[in-house]
Amino acid sequence: MNRFTHALIEKNLVILGVLTLLTVAIGGLVQIVPLFLVETTIERVQGIRPYTPLELMGRNIYVREGCYLCHSQMVRPFRDEAERYGHYSLAAESMYDHPFQWGSKRTGPDLARVGGRYSDDWQAAHLRSPRDLVPASVMPPYAFLDRPLDAEEIKAHLRAQRAVGVPYTEEMINEAANDLAAQATPEADASGFSRRYPNARQAAFDANPKVVTEMDALVAYLQMLGTLVRFSDVTPEQLRQP
Amino acid sequence: MAALAAPMALTPAEPDVEAPIRAFAIATVFWGIAGFLAGVVIAAQLAFPLLNLDLEWTTFGRLRPLHTSAVIFAFGGNALIGTSLYIVQRTCRARLFGGEEMGWFLFWGYQFFIVTAAVGYLFGVTQGKEYAEPEWYVDLWLTVVWVAYLVGFGGTLLKRREPHIYVANWFLLAFIITVAMLHIVNNLALPVGGGIGKSYGVASGVQDAMIQWWYGHNAVGFFLTAGFLGMMYYFIPKQADRPVYSYRLSIVHFWSLIFLYIWAGPHHLHYTALPDWAQTLGMVFSIMLWMPSWGGMINGLMTLSGAWDKLRTDPALRFSVTAVGFYAMATFEGPVMSIRAVNSLSHYTDWTIGHVHSGALGWNGFIIFGALYWLIPVLWNKQLYSERLVSWHFWVATLGIVLYITAMWVSGIMQGLMWRSYDELGFLQYAFVETVAAMHPYYVIRMLGGLLYLSGALIMAYNIYRTITAEEEAAPAALPAAVPMAAE
Repeated sequence: MNRFTHALIEKNLVILGVLTLLTVAIGGLVQIVPLFLVETTIERVQGIRPYTPLELMGRNIYVREGCYLCHSQMVRPFRDEAERYGHYSLAAESMYDHPFQWGSKRTGPDLARVGGRYSDDWQAAHLRSPRDLVPASVMPPYAFLDRPLDAEEIKAHLRAQRAVGVPYTEEMINEAANDLAAQATPEADASGFSRRYPNARQAAFDANPKVVTEMDALVAYLQMLGTLVRFSDVTPEQLRQP
Repeated sequence: MAALAAPMALTPAEPDVEAPIRAFAIATVFWGIAGFLAGVVIAAQLAFPLLNLDLEWTTFGRLRPLHTSAVIFAFGGNALIGTSLYIVQRTCRARLFGGEEMGWFLFWGYQFFIVTAAVGYLFGVTQGKEYAEPEWYVDLWLTVVWVAYLVGFGGTLLKRREPHIYVANWFLLAFIITVAMLHIVNNLALPVGGGIGKSYGVASGVQDAMIQWWYGHNAVGFFLTAGFLGMMYYFIPKQADRPVYSYRLSIVHFWSLIFLYIWAGPHHLHYTALPDWAQTLGMVFSIMLWMPSWGGMINGLMTLSGAWDKLRTDPALRFSVTAVGFYAMATFEGPVMSIRAVNSLSHYTDWTIGHVHSGALGWNGFIIFGALYWLIPVLWNKQLYSERLVSWHFWVATLGIVLYITAMWVSGIMQGLMWRSYDELGFLQYAFVETVAAMHPYYVIRMLGGLLYLSGALIMAYNIYRTITAEEEAAPAALPAAVPMAAE
């Protein structure tokens, strides 16, 4: 009688290896694949657009400095979080985020809806020296962001973003350098920029319109966070997930 | 059921590859100290933010990945690769496939991975995903090294001169295969080009979050658990001089652990924009994980039956056994925290940090220390310099862990409660910054706990240094006996 015993597996490396791979593959397949296939995973809300070139560079600075290690961007559906931060976060609001920056720790507050909460001046001053404005803060100072933004490769950035699924048009890519400069320079002609990126704000984010700095980019990014969806127009049906 | 196979004389045709394993052992001590030091520094920064030093390279945001990568991938990784190469050769009675060259390639290849990743962090080169921070070029290199590791480890298993593959090797093989799968999928990215390190991952938003925590939780599940269970299944029987408690339990432990662990990722995403069905799956499987975790813990601890007295006389065994105790504690706490109602309080707070450290400092750290104290005298054929210093290390480190995790429990639960507390008029009682200020004393205590743990590691480094540089060789009795094998 050839009764099955575990010895069969532990005497054969190939069987052991293949069975192991199958066993560990199942969970991930079941949890990950449907998220790409089920359309209602992403809520059907209006207003989500790709980041402007300046915001994208600001977001890259946010990633570079590891801001996500202390700040979440994911408001949970609780009463206290609604009052402190605003409407709970939607999957749609991070659908163009490569990578996602939901975070896992709130050493500082959630930033998913920090856009427009403070003035540009406050944000820049707070980044330069957090404890000047918030004495009990433990945030590192980021005064070094007052240096020119290196945006040489901005077209390559947008092109790579398009390749991974962000709907940048050929026009957006060709105009990326101009759009980046125009957003940080209040007196620049911004008609094309505003058409390409509805509701994007043009300002001297670091109060210095002469140079486009890393500070400009980061503040531009922070100031748009959570501002794209107008929740007064949203219906429950649009928010329904599977 | 479990029987001790007849011990066979160790008569390999060629001697085992040992020099690279000695290098891995030293690298483990070195990176451990570096990683603990980085941890103490960033803990101090949270208590005293002036220590960010006003420099871009020394901010918390850039140093934190340095700490996590140093302890997980450098300290833990060197220990895993080094001990696994030792274990696989001893339990297969076969020389490492690829020989000395394979060993040295793995050693230097892995150190190169660590250094390129770490230098990148200081200059802000990061993918921005926790525990997967290295950029694409570092990821590619690690993939090369990892494939070589699989070939070296699997090749040795293939040419084994034992009929059975020993249980420690099942876990180590699962660790190598699964980490390869996780690493490749989570790091699929498109480089921007133009000579810069930056890339954009192929997934975004909610899908990226799911993939990241599928990876992130199983970095815990397979790197820090399955691999380390491989260590447990070899070193505890060796130290106790007893066979593994139950062969059948090992089988159940192995298959249930690797099947269930992979599902637990979504408990990092409770109440987020991840659909509820995925969150629920993550929670249910996390709770089920309790059983294989404790089954394995029992198998490790019960291996000592009949040898408990050794705990009094062998401080190195004390490390290994206490490690299993911390494993039991952390794997009890984890499922509790994965329950959504509990998670609503614990998530985003220091409770999570405390939980991770009871596992990392208690389980991973202690089992490595226990293995090193056993392995280093064997590898260098020397008597351990001082058992007394091992005892000192043990108590200093244990006290450090206790300070660390109690401080984080208090600060985490307190902060979670402060965020959701209302005054009698129905307004939020605390501004966010008040909850930050309230953390200060606990951050100081945590820093002291980390400092103690680091001190313990320095004691170990001294002890190991004196052991290796001692002139006298150990008496033959100190050499390892044949491997106890659980067989039918």
